[in-house]
Amino acid sequence: MKLARIVEKLSLAVRTGSENLDTEVTAGYSSDLMSDVIAHARAGSLWITLQIHQNIVAVASMNELAGIVLVNGREPEEETIAKAEAEGLPIMVTQLPNFELAGRLYSLGISGVPA
Amino acid sequence: MFQARSFTKVQELVYEMKVKQVMTEDVITVRPETPMRQLREIFLRNRISGTPVVEGDFLVGIISLEDFIKWLYDREENSLIESKMTRDVECLFADEPLVHAVSKFEKMGYGRFPVTDRQTGKLVGVITKGDIIAGLLRKLEVEYIEEEIQRYRASHIFEDIVADRTRLVFEYDVLGQNFEQAGECSSRLKRTLKRLGLDPTTTRRVAIASYEAEMNLVVFTRGGRIVARVEPGRISMDVKDSGPGIADIEKALQPGYSTAPQWVRDLGFGAGMGLNNIQRCADEMEIISSPGKGTHLKISILTGDDGEAGKNSREAQSSSSDRQ
Repeated sequence: MKLARIVEKLSLAVRTGSENLDTEVTAGYSSDLMSDVIAHARAGSLWITLQIHQNIVAVASMNELAGIVLVNGREPEEETIAKAEAEGLPIMVTQLPNFELAGRLYSLGISGVPA
Repeated sequence: MFQARSFTKVQELVYEMKVKQVMTEDVITVRPETPMRQLREIFLRNRISGTPVVEGDFLVGIISLEDFIKWLYDREENSLIESKMTRDVECLFADEPLVHAVSKFEKMGYGRFPVTDRQTGKLVGVITKGDIIAGLLRKLEVEYIEEEIQRYRASHIFEDIVADRTRLVFEYDVLGQNFEQAGECSSRLKRTLKRLGLDPTTTRRVAIASYEAEMNLVVFTRGGRIVARVEPGRISMDVKDSGPGIADIEKALQPGYSTAPQWVRDLGFGAGMGLNNIQRCADEMEIISSPGKGTHLKISILTGDDGEAGKNSREAQSSSSDRQ
């Protein structure tokens, strides 16, 4: 499913990278630990996290992730926005908590990364 | 993403290219004294729907299928072209940028414009929307082929360099304790390897390993250096710092074991997985460290003879099983 469709279906607010919503989301991954994301999220995954600092951009682009969704109404830091814009990386925000968002993604047909 | 890029590429070309590069030079023309009844044959034979009217080399008018139909309707059998043609002709100069032609087509809705030489005023060609499209496609193809050639050259750099041993060395200085710059070095290294045309799996493994190593320098040390050596068949990295050193390397390699302070963990780092991630990406890894003296991490990633990922790569295996 295209990222743009997910954004629309789950009413996510796009904060950065709105030009790159045409990407195909291949899976979802939820974690707040950088190395864990690097180890387990595959290219094309949508990453759900609470972390809002600028290093999430490096982790996402290093792993060629489709985008990042910040949960619980968290907003990206200013530096995070600047870096994400420079990389063209989509960052979305939602009021939903992590578990809730993951569940809704699942019901849209986005599954996790197989262990 | 691709659409956005190719759109700007076409825009760029439309400004860069001139009318004369896409126009048809071999123009079918008629003379003012040509009888209207001959037009049918001229249009049919040349598969055109309009043509400039010239006297000598100079443009005096334009006659189109529409004028022809009007003539048929008026039943003035013996008229000459000069009595039916449009005299006040909109033209383009051969040296105008293509974007002028595009906007003129948009504004006026005509099917073609005669092209004249700015200095001499002579007719030198005709331009249609089809000419513009064909011209742009030709240019895009030429540029595409040039890009392919360049990419080929980049990826075969080791074949083209004549030496007994070839090695490219890239050095990056990592600032310790600096989370703003963290990850910069590995993303620069990644860009460099991409530019060299290394295969994406290898590039990704090097990038991940160097990112984790860089983060270790940022979190635990006052800074250090990453040296990446690219040579035929392998990429090796030396990551050196003069920081606190690792007391128990075996323990440090256990997944989840970490000595990172709480504030670092709050950022999502120091989860005790960094070295494991490096190990997963590397074909060979060695840590030389003693407390107080700093750490030297050696990593090798094999690229194989044909630029493919090394055989021992677990990363490569797991990413290929992902595709199933």
